[in-house]
Parts: sequence; C-alpha cells; structure tokens
Amino acid sequence: MTEQTPDVIGESQPRGKERSQWADVWRQFRSHKGAMMGAFVLLFITFGVTFGPYIWDIDPTKLDIRNKDWRPIYMPLFSCSWTDWCIPPESLERMKYGWAHPLGTDNLGRDVLATLIHGGRVSIAVGWVAMALAMIIGTAIGVASGYVKKLDGLLMRFTDLVLALPLLPLLLVIMLLFRDTLRASFGPELGIFILIVCVIGATSWMQTARIVRADILALKEREFILAARSIGTPPLKMVTRHLLPNVLSPIMVSATLGLATAIITESAISFLGLGFPSDFPTWGKLLFDATDRIQNFPERAIWPGLMISLVVLAVNYIGDGLRDALDPRIRGR
Amino acid sequence: MITFIIRRLILAVPTLLFISLILFLLLDLAPGDPMAQMPLTIPDEVKQKMREALGLGEPLHIRYFKWLYQFFVVEPGYFLDWLFGTNMMEGTQRVVSWQFRTPVFDTIIERLPQTLWVVAMAYVVGVLIAIPIGIISAYKQYSVFDQAGTLVSMIGFSVPPFFSGVVVIVIFSVKLGWLPSIYDTTHVVKDWESFKVQLMQMIMPVMVLALQTTAQISRYMRSAMLDNLNQDYVRTARAKGLGEWSVVMVHVLRNSMIPVVTVIALGIPAIFGGAIITEQVFKVNGIGQLLITAIQANDIPMVQTITFIFAVLIVVFNLIADVLYGVLDPRIRYD
Repeated sequence: MTEQTPDVIGESQPRGKERSQWADVWRQFRSHKGAMMGAFVLLFITFGVTFGPYIWDIDPTKLDIRNKDWRPIYMPLFSCSWTDWCIPPESLERMKYGWAHPLGTDNLGRDVLATLIHGGRVSIAVGWVAMALAMIIGTAIGVASGYVKKLDGLLMRFTDLVLALPLLPLLLVIMLLFRDTLRASFGPELGIFILIVCVIGATSWMQTARIVRADILALKEREFILAARSIGTPPLKMVTRHLLPNVLSPIMVSATLGLATAIITESAISFLGLGFPSDFPTWGKLLFDATDRIQNFPERAIWPGLMISLVVLAVNYIGDGLRDALDPRIRGR
Repeated sequence: MITFIIRRLILAVPTLLFISLILFLLLDLAPGDPMAQMPLTIPDEVKQKMREALGLGEPLHIRYFKWLYQFFVVEPGYFLDWLFGTNMMEGTQRVVSWQFRTPVFDTIIERLPQTLWVVAMAYVVGVLIAIPIGIISAYKQYSVFDQAGTLVSMIGFSVPPFFSGVVVIVIFSVKLGWLPSIYDTTHVVKDWESFKVQLMQMIMPVMVLALQTTAQISRYMRSAMLDNLNQDYVRTARAKGLGEWSVVMVHVLRNSMIPVVTVIALGIPAIFGGAIITEQVFKVNGIGQLLITAIQANDIPMVQTITFIFAVLIVVFNLIADVLYGVLDPRIRYD
C-alpha cells in the first residue's frame, strides 16, 4: 500500500501539483493537533536538555551546604492567609528562594534546575539509543524470519520465548549482576549507560519483530516483489530496496512506542534503586531520591516526574499521529 | 479443543524448562556469596560444609536438576502434605532462602495475600471501570466523553506508577490527610471499623494500578465495539425492531467482549510485574517488594523462584487466553 507510485504517473502530472508520499504524510500529521503538540513538547525538551547546560551553566554536582533546601521561585504564588491549604505568610518569610536557584536546591545545596537538565540528558539519551537498538534487533529478526523461510520457525519460537520472560524482574536481576563488572571496565557513568541501553534494547524488540515479520510475509506475495525477483534482484538488494522501505511505517510507529517504554523502563529501574548512581542522576533517580522528603519538599519529586510523564505523553501522541499519517486509508480523507 | 489444549500444555513444558535454564544460568553468574556475612572466625572447612548444605559447591548441571526437582516435585509434595495432613515429603530438601534460612515458598505464601488484595482488586476495579468507558466512547464516537476518555487513557499510558503514586500521596495524604500513605499489612479486618481502615489504605495503590489497567482495556473495548457497531448484523437487529439497549448491550457487547476477554487474561501476569513498583511506592510488603529485597540481598533461590513463578504465570495465562478465544468465538477452530 505504501509503495512508491511508478515514475510514469509522477511525470505525467503537472509539475506544480507533484506530491511526494512524505509530503502527504506530513500534511496528515500536521492536521493531528495532539501529535503536533507532542512533537513540539518533545523537541522543546530535547533542545532544552541538549543546550540547557550552556545557558544554565551551574554545575549540577557542586555542593553548597550553606544554600541548601531552597524552595522554588514560585512559592509566593501559593501563599495566602485565608485557608490552611496554602503556605501561611510567616512560614514564607522563613523560606529561602530566589532567582539564583529558580527551582530551589536539594538537601546538599545542588541546584535542582541544573540536575533536572543533566538528568534529562541521560534519560532522553537512554531512551533514544535503547529504542534504536530495539528497532535494529526487531527489524533484523523480523526481516530474517519473514524473508528466509528456514529461519522462520526457529526465530518466532525464540521471540515467543522472550515474550514469556518476566521482563521487569529480569531487568533488575541483570542490572544487579553486571553493574560492577561494566562499571569497572567503562567507568561508572558509561558502564551503567551501556548496560541499561543494552538491557532495555534486548528486551523490547519482540513486538517490532512480529509486526515486521507479518508485513514482510504479506509483501512477499505482491506483484512488485515478483517483478523484482524476475529481473534477478539479489536477495540483499531485495530486502534493502523493496522490502524495508515498505515496512518503514510500522517500524516508525513501534519506534515511538519503543521510545516511550524505554524512558519509562529506565526511570523504573532507577526508581527501584538499581539504575544510575545518585551522583549521576536521571529523572527516575531524582524522583526516587526525593520521595523520602516528599512531605517537606514535594517539588523535588514533582518536577522530574512531570518531565518523564510529559515526554512519554508527547511521544505517545506523536505515535498516535504517525499511525494516522502513515495509514494511506486514513490519509486519503 | 481438547487436543489443542493438550498440545499447548505439552509445548509449554519446554518453554518453561528453557526459561528456568536461562534464569538459572543468569543467576549463577551472580557475584554474591551467601557466606559473606558469616563471622570470620568460622573455619574454612566448616564454611565449605555450610555452602554444601545450601546446595552450592556442586557442578552446575547437578544443581540445576536439583533445583528443578525441588521446584516441581518437592514443593508441590509439601503443598499436598499441608493440604491433606500427610507427610510423604518428610526429610527432603526444600528450596531454602539464603536471607531468611527458611523455605522460599513459606515466605511467598506469607506475602501473597497482600499482593493479591492490592493487585487483584486493582485489576478488577480497572476492568470494571474500563468496560463501560469503552462502550460509551465507542457508541458516542468523537463526543466530548470519547475525547475525554482518550485523554485519560493517554495519561494512564504515559504517567508511570511511580509518579502517579507519588502525586496521589502528596495530594491525599500530605495535603489533605485523608488517606494513609503507607500500607499497613499487619492490619486485621475484624469489624466494620477495621474494614473501613483497610479500605482507606487500599484506595490509593488500587487506584494507581487501576488507572493503567483502565487506560489499556478501555482502548481495546472501544475499538472492539467500533469494529462491531458497523456490522451488518447490527443493522439487521435494528431493522427487526429491537430496542437500542438490547442491540448495543446484548448483540454488540457480546461480540466485542471476545477479543477484550483475551486481552484481560493476557494482562494479568503483566500486572504482577507492574505491581513491583506500586508496592515499592506504597510500602506494601507483597511479592514485588520481596523480590526487590531478595535482589538487593543476593538471595538467589528467592529471586529465581519468584521470577520463575512470574514466567509460569505468563505462560499459563497465554494458554488461558488462547483457549478462551476458542471457547468464546465459535468461528475459531483449532483443529
């Protein structure tokens, strides 16, 4: 359904009205409000965490005990005297807040905004790399089992097996087992990063593999594949030239889902205390560290949690929009 | 049908064996030593004896088969003994936890009620909320209700339980003080008052878990209903003068429930895994919390048993979902 229109038709149309497939997709995507909003939020947060450290250049690991436990700058907004819901003025006077630390500082005087930006860098990087890894594994296994008949039974049984594994407990166990070895050989930060990315990537490719396999099986019966085969296209060319471009849309949709689950899984592992160390925090770890003192400092838990939820919500909406945009049956309307 | 079930059961055996082998090999790499916390004054040969008593020190394959024997023969035997008051398993070695020095299954049985109360209740509540939402959003597609339902389920998909849990704790126990933030598992329900206390402490964890269930199942319900609402048989039912209620709630709903029921069955094992996080947030000492502490304490037999039980649940519920699909949908024939 998504194969390129033959060139003959493209050339017979008037020059100005030529519409490529991707322009169509983009037009449909743009009409999905939620998806556009999601794309905007995701781009904003990604840019924020990438270039944020150059603008807000406070070192997130710098301890400043004298300035510990600052509250966020917006605290006066919650101050009033007529209900006990908000902060009474006398306790507002005792609070420390100011533009030096817009989101306050933690119990060791580290700037919350700076840790949030640096944590987001790691969280989002883990999400993208793990998703890419899962897509590569899933597509490779899906194409192999869909295209090579001999491998099909074996690979699909293997996929079923991995699907039957209890993944979250297994992730935790693997994290525990290999943390120290990888930390020793790649350093504490890179080691954990590699481990988390590999572990998440290796346990979330199964859905992609199944979808790609099903699509390849259906595509193999189509005439254009027969035509390509009849002119003697070698198998590798067949896959890269004719099959992969046509399964790109389901891969893209499952990639957005994969990005969302990768970010959530990383935060979950960090939240359970088996992910990144405290001096190299991600959003999940920041949230976990903040839960003990949540009664006094709810903002330290709310901000990282809000960032995780926002990113995942944005990615899910993008996935929703992409699914609509890439489906030619909907796109026509 | 029977042959299909038997075939699937036979196929499940190698799957489970393979999973147990993977788990066993993986955990065998664990760096921890159960003797690490013993006093240094214990002589080495005694330590070696203690290791052997814990089942270590033998070659890998022997230990694996011993574990299999213990898991599949000894433990069910003990269960039967307990059930009928016999003692045919006396003197056999059970799977022993390294941190508690007691049989693993005793601890699991101890922790199971808490998990089941919270998790099972949450699942039931989630499904009960999700099905009407799905029906209404499909029947009134693109209405305000449908849009709101889509938004809520998007949020349910996106907000991880460790954040929604923390938020409800901040709102309902810190700010409002209505509900306790920690689940008290020693609480015993005796009368109406204590039942109310139990209900109060269950509300938050159940709601957090139910939000996720609702998000998923209501989406499935909605799309299944939408698929069926445009079918010819619905037009026929309306044409012969059936009331709108019986068209939607009897004809359409019964057909739409077929895929949804299988999804519900498939979701049950996943929610046990998801409960690990929720139990951690609300400090429920159930199975998930037991697993986390076992992982941190390097209690290999405990970790292995719990993860394997999760795997068994997944395989069993996959089987149940397949069988249910065949039972509910007469168009599906497995022969």
